[in-house]
Amino acid sequence: MNDITFKINGQEITVPEGTTILEAARMKNIDIPTLCYLKGINEIGACRMCLVEIAGARALQAACVYPVANGIEVLTNSPKVQNARKVNLSLILSDHNRECTTCVRSENCELQALAKELDVEDIPYQGAKSGVTIDDMSTSIVRDETKCILCKRCQSVCNQVQGVGVLGAVGRGFNSQVQPVFGRSLAEVGCINCGQCIINCPVGALKEKSNIQDVWDAINDPTKTVIVETAPAVRAALGEEFGNKMGEPCTGKMAAALRRLGFDKVFDTDFGADVTIMEEGYELLGRLQNGGVLPMITSCSPGWIKFVETYYPEFIPNLSSCKSPQNMTGALLKSHYAQMNNIDPKDMVVVSVMPCTAKKYEVQREELAVDGNQDVDISITTRELARMIKSARIMYNNLPDEDFDAYYGDSTGAAVIFGATGGVMEAAVRTLADVLNKKRHPGN
Amino acid sequence: MAYKRSQILICGGTGCTSSGSVKLVQELKKELVKHDILDEIEVIQTGCFGLCELGPVVIVYPEGTFYSRVAVEDIAEMVEEHLVKGRVLDRLVYSEKGDGHHPLSINELGFFKKQRRIALANCGVINPENIDEYIGFDGYLALEKVLKTMTPQEVIDEVKASGLRGRGGGGFPTGLKWQFAHNAVSPDGIKYVACNADEGDPGAFMDRSVLEGDPHAVIEAMAIAGYAVGAGKGYVYVRAEYPIAVHRLQIAIDQAKEYGILGENIFGTDFAFDLEIRLGAGAFVCGEETALMNSIEGKRGEPRPRPPFPANKGLFERPTVLNNVETYANIPKIMLNGGAWFASVGTEKSKGTKVFALGGKINNTGLLEIPMGTTLREIIYEIGGGIPNGKEFKAAQTGGPSGGCLPASALDTEIDYDNLIAAGSMMGSGGLIVMDEDNCMVDIAHFFLEFTQDESCGKCPPCRIGTKRMLEILEDICGGRGKEGDIERLQELAEGIKASALCGLGQTAPNPVLATIKFFRDEYEAHINEKKCPAGVCKALLDFAIDEEKCKGCGICAKKCPVDAISGEKKKPHVIDTAKCIKCGTCIEACPFGAITKA
Repeated sequence: MNDITFKINGQEITVPEGTTILEAARMKNIDIPTLCYLKGINEIGACRMCLVEIAGARALQAACVYPVANGIEVLTNSPKVQNARKVNLSLILSDHNRECTTCVRSENCELQALAKELDVEDIPYQGAKSGVTIDDMSTSIVRDETKCILCKRCQSVCNQVQGVGVLGAVGRGFNSQVQPVFGRSLAEVGCINCGQCIINCPVGALKEKSNIQDVWDAINDPTKTVIVETAPAVRAALGEEFGNKMGEPCTGKMAAALRRLGFDKVFDTDFGADVTIMEEGYELLGRLQNGGVLPMITSCSPGWIKFVETYYPEFIPNLSSCKSPQNMTGALLKSHYAQMNNIDPKDMVVVSVMPCTAKKYEVQREELAVDGNQDVDISITTRELARMIKSARIMYNNLPDEDFDAYYGDSTGAAVIFGATGGVMEAAVRTLADVLNKKRHPGN
Repeated sequence: MAYKRSQILICGGTGCTSSGSVKLVQELKKELVKHDILDEIEVIQTGCFGLCELGPVVIVYPEGTFYSRVAVEDIAEMVEEHLVKGRVLDRLVYSEKGDGHHPLSINELGFFKKQRRIALANCGVINPENIDEYIGFDGYLALEKVLKTMTPQEVIDEVKASGLRGRGGGGFPTGLKWQFAHNAVSPDGIKYVACNADEGDPGAFMDRSVLEGDPHAVIEAMAIAGYAVGAGKGYVYVRAEYPIAVHRLQIAIDQAKEYGILGENIFGTDFAFDLEIRLGAGAFVCGEETALMNSIEGKRGEPRPRPPFPANKGLFERPTVLNNVETYANIPKIMLNGGAWFASVGTEKSKGTKVFALGGKINNTGLLEIPMGTTLREIIYEIGGGIPNGKEFKAAQTGGPSGGCLPASALDTEIDYDNLIAAGSMMGSGGLIVMDEDNCMVDIAHFFLEFTQDESCGKCPPCRIGTKRMLEILEDICGGRGKEGDIERLQELAEGIKASALCGLGQTAPNPVLATIKFFRDEYEAHINEKKCPAGVCKALLDFAIDEEKCKGCGICAKKCPVDAISGEKKKPHVIDTAKCIKCGTCIEACPFGAITKA
């Protein structure tokens, strides 16, 4: 591949052919703002925030998609660029629901950050707003058109990465929206509730369906025993919400906070994960020995399960019949634990804290219940837990480290590797190896 | 071939078809049978003659008698008089000056005198549904010449020498475009030729007329382009709202295939070329080249960023040549007569001719083709026959929603790509709308912006939101809510949108507003500052009143008023209740004494 030499803000720079202006600029520590750009996923040059001036070109060009060429002279901060960016950002803001104070993405919003960074103090353009629909019918995802800026990141992730494709552009001009087909709700189309759209939304147009109030209601009901189980990922992510280093484990503070929120018992989903591994390992063994359907595919992810059910039903027999760790834990709590502790399962509320919005969908699946009593009653995300801790004014960072409650808080290393790609099956196979070799694998 | 003593040409373009020309053909044949002369006379339904204002148009050869506004009821008499007795039926012959002077042939008409027909050469001359007629007029001779005697590079060089520039509006040199696609390397050797027939400017029907009147010219040109760039497959992207054009093009493609002009081993050479029609679903933005390609590929009609340009990565990511209908229609003539011949017509930087669809406040509404360099004055006053009802010319709008307007001071502009841009407008695809003193220029700007706003694909904020904000300001100005600073806000937004929109539609959408501000700023100011619409168009700014001195108290206005807003005693001056008045103008039309004013 050839090298390309060109100038950016007067600096000469040589980069490989095919590099975009945006990439080249960032190599030179020159930042260019973006909103719609997602490398490799959404390179559509739509939002026009990354416009740069190229000497001799008629109009400004989108740096995110413009491949560098020999001899071009790029200006990333000329008066023309500054003005166009400001007009453009003002226009986006003029069609955006700017109730930032009550927005879940406030202080974590790319649009809000850009408005600050580009020094937009007032918005000279006012007028009609395009989006009106707030779709909150899904168990997992709330889609708020009043905040959507049509960057189409959600659409690209849903289509190209997840292979689901329930979001797409409809309508024209000012009435354009990114919606499910025929204006339906996400609950009525083949959405698998995976939440990747939420992760990639730069603003608050997509968010998880909040179940915080349901949890408070349960905690505040004196007749209920409220038990919380937390997935392994939560202890690695929660600290970030309180300004701590990304990925730093905080199991002790998390358990302490959960107890202070008023949960009667604080358990670990890893317990259920261990049970899942044993079940799944034996199921695989059974399939291998009895000519069952192979390959066997794990069943821990409710998004994946719905994806198979909706788009590839021919592979349903390949799915493990095991419940996910979330529901394995819930089912054991409402049967074994309830029996041991003399609690009527109907008076028990199991809350799970999960890193995935599809878990909200899973907990209400009717086959995951006994006598109309769901294995897990409420599922909240790590973000929701953080919001609960904050609103309860718990000084999280000053909390002592505490342990999970006994028995259902215990687990092995097999459960911990669940979160990694291929981890579930590795854990199952390791367990199976122990069973067949009749000795313990050093890692287990 | 049987000898015919007379040929009757009936216009079968969309305009004349909608004014009943199909029925004329049926009636004519019926009458010919009645007189037992059907064998002697040939009835031919052609494409557009151009003088749509006078349709349905019938021309009888060999005399070339030009009958206009022919009705079904006229046919019996026409056959009896002209074809049986040999006497021209005077009452139906078009008399240009209304002085009874009947031109012997259409070439005598002022409408045709200054025209030069290259792209439209066969329109209104041949039966577009008969490939033999096209061949009879040298059709497919150019393709044969190209395939048998020229290399692809020689073809491109000839196009370059002709100076032909894209007739869709951009004006990009066609030869250069072909050269890029010729030079581009395709990963699997596949390249494409595409034709943009997604004509969508309000009032424009140049491309429709070419496809309706001479579809084989486009097929022949696309095959030539295919040979030049190394493509074996072509797509014609045409709007579904053009049913006659689509129908005739399909017939032409089928006939060309039957004759071996499309398919394998064309004219006994190794060259193979196939054509397919793709129907557009009515989105204006699909006339933008990258959106058009997305649409052909079955995706949402949204522009994609350039580069990569279509010549390198176009349809299905392969090198693609895309030209518009009129551009292609010139190609066979250039190949037959040489690039130098074409370049001898026109101005220094704009060669050849340009087809315009002339409409609005003009006597001769229709389709015309003029050599580049013809002045706007010649088009409007000589070809167009001037403004109806003795009204004053105010402006001519060119370039459709992407263009601008030219005021009276620009009447002597010699029309070509560069002069029109210098004058504050643009060539565009060829829509030319004439406005007189009764047109409000703010209202015109509003009209075009409403159009682009509606047709924006919604992909980028400057176009999606910016044009909406501009439209809202214009709505305020026209609605009497204009405020100081609105003009400046419009200009600032316009410049921002022009600089930052993703595609040509957005980048040019503010042009009608900028042009009208430039030339008619006083009208904007009257709307904003005095809350008046000088042309009397913007209803919110009008007050209807009855002149006491002129009013005779006849009561006709009161009777006609649909909302009972007018009252008064008989034989005494009446008054209008402005609170009730809906400003419909019925009273003005009804008053026999011209006593009602709006201002």
